[in-house]
Amino acid sequence: MFTQTVDLAKTSVRELNQRLHELDAERDEERWRILNPCGAHAIACGLRVPVTVEIEGHAGYYCAGMNQKATVIVHGNVATGVAENMMSGIVHVHGNASQSAGATAHGGLLVVEEDASARCGISMKGIDIVIKGSVGHMSAFMAQTGNLIVCGDAGDALGDSIYEARLFVRGKVKSLGTDCIEKEMRPEHLQLLETLLERAGSDARPEEFRRYGSARKLYHFQIDHASLY
Amino acid sequence: MGIEMLPGVRESATFDRHVICEIQRAADTGLYDIRGWGSKRRLPHFDDLVFLGASMSRYPLEGYRERCGTDIVLGTLHAKKPIRLQIPITIAGMSFGALSAEAKESLGRGASEMSTSTTTGDGGMTAEERRSSKILVYQYLPSRYGMNPDDLRSADAIEIVLGQGAKPGGGGMLLGRKLSDRVAEMRTLPGGIDQRSACRHPDWTGPDDLAIKIEELREITDWEKPIYVKVAASRTYFDVQLAVKAGADVIVLDGMQGGTGATQEVFIEHVGIPTLPALRQAVEALVEMGMHRKVQLIISGGIRSGADVAKALAMGADAVSIGTAALIALGCNSPKYENDYRKLGTAAGFYDDYQDGNDPAGISTQDPELAKRLDPVIGGRRLANYLRVLTMEAQTIARACGKSHVLNLEPEDLVALTVEAAAMAKVPLAGTDWIPGASRKADSH
Repeated sequence: MFTQTVDLAKTSVRELNQRLHELDAERDEERWRILNPCGAHAIACGLRVPVTVEIEGHAGYYCAGMNQKATVIVHGNVATGVAENMMSGIVHVHGNASQSAGATAHGGLLVVEEDASARCGISMKGIDIVIKGSVGHMSAFMAQTGNLIVCGDAGDALGDSIYEARLFVRGKVKSLGTDCIEKEMRPEHLQLLETLLERAGSDARPEEFRRYGSARKLYHFQIDHASLY
Repeated sequence: MGIEMLPGVRESATFDRHVICEIQRAADTGLYDIRGWGSKRRLPHFDDLVFLGASMSRYPLEGYRERCGTDIVLGTLHAKKPIRLQIPITIAGMSFGALSAEAKESLGRGASEMSTSTTTGDGGMTAEERRSSKILVYQYLPSRYGMNPDDLRSADAIEIVLGQGAKPGGGGMLLGRKLSDRVAEMRTLPGGIDQRSACRHPDWTGPDDLAIKIEELREITDWEKPIYVKVAASRTYFDVQLAVKAGADVIVLDGMQGGTGATQEVFIEHVGIPTLPALRQAVEALVEMGMHRKVQLIISGGIRSGADVAKALAMGADAVSIGTAALIALGCNSPKYENDYRKLGTAAGFYDDYQDGNDPAGISTQDPELAKRLDPVIGGRRLANYLRVLTMEAQTIARACGKSHVLNLEPEDLVALTVEAAAMAKVPLAGTDWIPGASRKADSH
């Protein structure tokens, strides 16, 4: 099944990443298995070919950072900044994610089977994120575009200073951040949810979610809105 | 007759004309003043230092005959591919958005002609900028606007920006009225809205995290690129040491005279410390760690002449970076556009409304008609000329101090003209052996 197995107890992250970076873009049948990650940082970051990498254990900061085209599957938890600035591809975490999951990412799909901590989707720029558990405070802070789907609850200040990103939460929202409001759920949003939930392997039903987005009051500095800043 | 000549008229030193005007403006609008440029008030600076040219105790090198090197290498500590520059003067990061595409191309052309580097800014890298810049440093900013791993890999170095001398801790704002569709698209935001540039990074906090972030950037680029860390001058000693500990190859230090595209006046004039003391603190921090010259130091904030370059190097910097001066070289505040400046309520030599996008010189604008006024070929040539002059001036001074390379200049070549500058630069007050605050007297013999 796997074309390569790399044991990080014997091989450095540097050597692993170098080998992954040197992969031929045409060989998309590559399927790598990583053993003993032991929380190491920057595992499988900067990939740019459609390889599949499965990590057997917990990964540290910036796992699959800046991913392009690759599929990275983590059978464990991940630390800060999983899939940060991802451009395309899929990152699937079968565990919990620490803060800033999917931060600033421009594209691709990030799925977290359990909870994600604070600032999930911060400054997101086009990524689709599906969190099957809950997210922490300040999630989707300054989120620009893309979709954040939370099947559980959201912490304080959800969507603070949000631009055009769409937020969907099935559970409770502790509080909304500045300029973030609840919005009407229209048919196109239900369709979008159905598609993304299906891609993420979730059996949640779209009609159980509520939608949040920008009130667009902060788009231009106005003295009358000074109390919001 | 000027108002100053009227008998009995006395201007308040506390409430001078500028202060009165600002209070009245604030009362009229309810808004604080936002402008470009950098600090405009008098600050202790390189002007307050002079060189001790060679005479009996030191011998000088022959001008125009004996070689005085200016080449430098940056990023020697960890990067597989350090940057080699022919002159110790680089172009500071300025965004496409704050500046026109023509201005960015001009900067690239001028820097490339002199075999030095230019730097991207908030909003990412444009294809024109990459093409026109032989050596391009890619800024990695909190907003991550336009951040793209392909651009990261195509850059020659990466500069992680923590702050800017004009606004330490402040982030930034590109006002909607200055926004073109192209700039908005690069930033993945709707056109015409104010675009906030965040003041802190979204996925790391503090020096321990920064070390891991640097590791990630090195991994993504296969350890080829030098990693710069840019800090604003404030708690400089600690910031420099923490940045070095986090793994920086190069420290970029921006003093409070450093320029900005748009910042609150109160921020520009009242937050951060001047370039002079910040530079000395940074060098002390590096020396104490045994990393001086191993981690290179680039200083910016008010560099205008070859004398400033030479003084910065003598104090221990490896290179300087210029922003405002480079824009002036391109034509910013040129008397050629005096009538246009007057229409904007200002004059050549005073224009600082970079935030409005109405720059008559076509530099800090996205208006295509104004931008056309700047020919990148001519702009590039003007910048190269200016860089050439700065370099020759620095060499002239270095030779006069007996140095065969500008990096051989040293603090012992300098004295201060004011007590403040002596204390801040930790060089003796001219004609004395006194360094205010130093534990022992300088050896002036």
